[in-house]
Amino acid sequence: MAYRLRINGKNRDIDVPGDMPLLWVLRNELDMVGTKFGCGVGMCGACTVHIDGEARRSCQTPVSTVGKASITTIEGLGNTPIGAKLQKAWLDKDVMQCGYCQAGQLMSASALLKTTPNPTHDEVEQAMSGNICRCACYTRIKVAILEAVAETSKEKSHA
Amino acid sequence: MLEAALDRRTVLRVSALAGGGMALSAAIPLEAATGSGTPAAAPRLLNAFVGIGADDRITIVNKNPECGQGIKTMLPMLIAEELDVAWEQVETRQADANAKLYGNQVAGGSTATPTNWLPMRQTGAAARAMLIQAAADLWKVPAESLKTSTGKVIDPASGRSISYGKLADAAAKLTPPPVASLKLKDKKDFTIIGKPKGGVDSPKVVRGEPIFGIDTQLPGMLYAVYERAPVHGARLVSAELGEVLKQPGVKHAFPIKGGLDPVGLIDGVAVVGTNWWLVNKAREKLRVNWDTAEWATHASTAYTANAKAMLDKGPATVIKAEGDAPGAVASATKKLTADYFYPFIAHVPMEPQNCTAIYRSDGTMEIWAPTQLPGNGLNGVASALGIPADKIKLHITRMGGGFGRRLMNDFMVQSAAIAKQLPDIPVQLIWSREDDVRSDFFRPAGWHRLSAGLDASGKLIAYDNHIVTFSRNGRVAQSAGMNGSEFPAGLVPNFRIGQSMMETMVPTGPLRAPSSNALAYVNQCFLDEVAAIGGTDLANLMYQILDKPKQLEGTQGFEGRRPGFNSVRARGVIEKAVAMSGWPKPSAPGRGKGLGFYFSHQGYFAEVVEVSVSREGEVTPHKVWVAGDVGSTIINPTGALNQVQGSVIDGIGQALALAITVKDGRIEQTNFHDYPLPRMPISPEIDIQWVITDNPPTGLGEPALPPVVPALVNAVYAATGKRIRSLPIDANALKTV
Repeated sequence: MAYRLRINGKNRDIDVPGDMPLLWVLRNELDMVGTKFGCGVGMCGACTVHIDGEARRSCQTPVSTVGKASITTIEGLGNTPIGAKLQKAWLDKDVMQCGYCQAGQLMSASALLKTTPNPTHDEVEQAMSGNICRCACYTRIKVAILEAVAETSKEKSHA
Repeated sequence: MLEAALDRRTVLRVSALAGGGMALSAAIPLEAATGSGTPAAAPRLLNAFVGIGADDRITIVNKNPECGQGIKTMLPMLIAEELDVAWEQVETRQADANAKLYGNQVAGGSTATPTNWLPMRQTGAAARAMLIQAAADLWKVPAESLKTSTGKVIDPASGRSISYGKLADAAAKLTPPPVASLKLKDKKDFTIIGKPKGGVDSPKVVRGEPIFGIDTQLPGMLYAVYERAPVHGARLVSAELGEVLKQPGVKHAFPIKGGLDPVGLIDGVAVVGTNWWLVNKAREKLRVNWDTAEWATHASTAYTANAKAMLDKGPATVIKAEGDAPGAVASATKKLTADYFYPFIAHVPMEPQNCTAIYRSDGTMEIWAPTQLPGNGLNGVASALGIPADKIKLHITRMGGGFGRRLMNDFMVQSAAIAKQLPDIPVQLIWSREDDVRSDFFRPAGWHRLSAGLDASGKLIAYDNHIVTFSRNGRVAQSAGMNGSEFPAGLVPNFRIGQSMMETMVPTGPLRAPSSNALAYVNQCFLDEVAAIGGTDLANLMYQILDKPKQLEGTQGFEGRRPGFNSVRARGVIEKAVAMSGWPKPSAPGRGKGLGFYFSHQGYFAEVVEVSVSREGEVTPHKVWVAGDVGSTIINPTGALNQVQGSVIDGIGQALALAITVKDGRIEQTNFHDYPLPRMPISPEIDIQWVITDNPPTGLGEPALPPVVPALVNAVYAATGKRIRSLPIDANALKTV
């Protein structure tokens, strides 16, 4: 089946079976390998992308269900103000060890801050609990998210 | 690729090691350079480490594989410090596998810091000396009168200066200085070592750039899966491929015959096609006939029953005996016997095992692999496929985690075997997560019966530890068993380690802090019990065991490294952790604090965990205090903290939830729903402090993990009064409703 996808503001045409997960369209058909394969069953969050701004597991998203929705991947995250702030905070706090899960962590974090610009510690933990970091950089991921929040809204103080 | 890039720059032709004496070679992993003794070969060595461009960009090569331990940042820091450049000038590059150029290339055993601390600094210092000499020649002044600073040679007498980039051509023509003539910086003059440096690849990671093995892309590349027997030890009989070949995207399918050694090439069926998801889905159409021999009867329940019988029977062999441990226990004033168990656990790095390979019709092979031990992988491919090692080029990619799993290169050999069947087509083998969980080299399960005796004064006079472990072909299985030097060897007058073994085909191997990750739990939880029957607590019992300053030679438990256990350093971290945490007093009613200490991989760590336990038996770790002694210098403070924080949460995850079980010869777990790694909400607050001692710095990939397991379990006891002698902690056993 032929599909036209809107990814990071650009149209991309592909011809694949409709049940192929978006993850494998990105990685093997479009050579966009920033989105990571971790478990294939929606348990680890490494493959998280945004579909119309919402965090979704691309390994559980058949390409046929995407339609005209706007897809954002880690390659496009820096184009949004929240995404750029999170990327900077990730580097400032030296968040990562191996880094493999971090694309998914950043996509989940940016989706959280879009709906909840000033999250509490509990809200951060809740929103990020779907993303596994095998190196266990959780302490720093949390700190970096809260720093990006502080950066975004310096006038407000987080709970 | 890397060499080509460096060749475009003016390369500093020096070798720190060219004139180096053999006195250094023992401590230096660069045997190829020191051992060669040929001046012609030596300059090539530093070509590979330091490049200086006319634009003053400094290229420093990291020789070891990066798996998240921060080595690609840390080793270049050592060179840059002594080269005396600004860190901002430095671009780091990853070396390919090349034992002749780089010596030992490994990510494992927390070895990189102790083995490279001196040689990498000498490498930088030699380059600096050459640049100074070039400036001295240019200005016609004595080299001794010149200084350096942030990439420039300075003449204090005249005030003039010149950048390294302008000297590189002239320096390249000089003879490398003898190592003995090199003066290394004093610690107080460090400008890079000891200062926090972010990971050099992190900017690429946050932008989603392709830097991991699985991100390798080559024109015309196909994707592959490798179907293996579900029963460990089974052999391939036949495979029906007709249906598979009809599936969308599938281009090739073929059986591969291997052997029984899981580190090499094992039997399987390859399915190759245009998209990994398509070939993985096509696998469902495979009909494979496996001969499971006797292995399909193996089960964890049977292992446990066997182990119980073996514990009752007493040790089959005695690994170490001093005095008469059984006799001294029998006649002791107070005595205790307890059985401890820990399960198989898996590594599950986030990046599934993968490898990209192309076999060219000219007989050469090129491989891109996320591997912790590239040299072994390259040789493994050579021997499994009959390709001469010098015809194989191996690129070391960044790894999405290692934890010891990628010390085994089975995935590399499989990938190469598939590619060899398809000349001139690049093939990327990717394992599914289910493949990874089933086909691991597991941390071996173990069963222990411990006995201890105290004399009338409460002194520990006898310690007896019988381990039941696994064998393979009659020999101790990989990373199984115990070393006779495990704590408290040499510190108790009557001491015995006995061993019994049972055969398995379940692959076992090193997992982060191998051996210690299990033995710390067994030892420190048992001693917590012994302390209690003696009317004291674990810290005081440890102080008593460590009462005399003792340097035990050549004992490093599992690793057998030197220097061995030092009682003063051990005591130092325990005292620190106790002081930091206020142990044993809990910070709130209903909570409990537990202590754990272990020495592993040359690092000393004592940790205190505070937990609460809900009425449903759920354990919540609230805070962890960590005191660590890894010598005189924390090379990259931010990287160091990251390793410790990660180790602590890793260990907590193991204690609370992780176990691999075997049934009908198969691994029962398949993915993260039944192998539940720790997630953000379980992460406690972690307070880390260093005990700085006058010892050479040692590594941090592993030693912070082992103590957290007993510290957590002892905290559960402090909170509930219940002893946990089997991991992972069973919430049902702690339930009060």
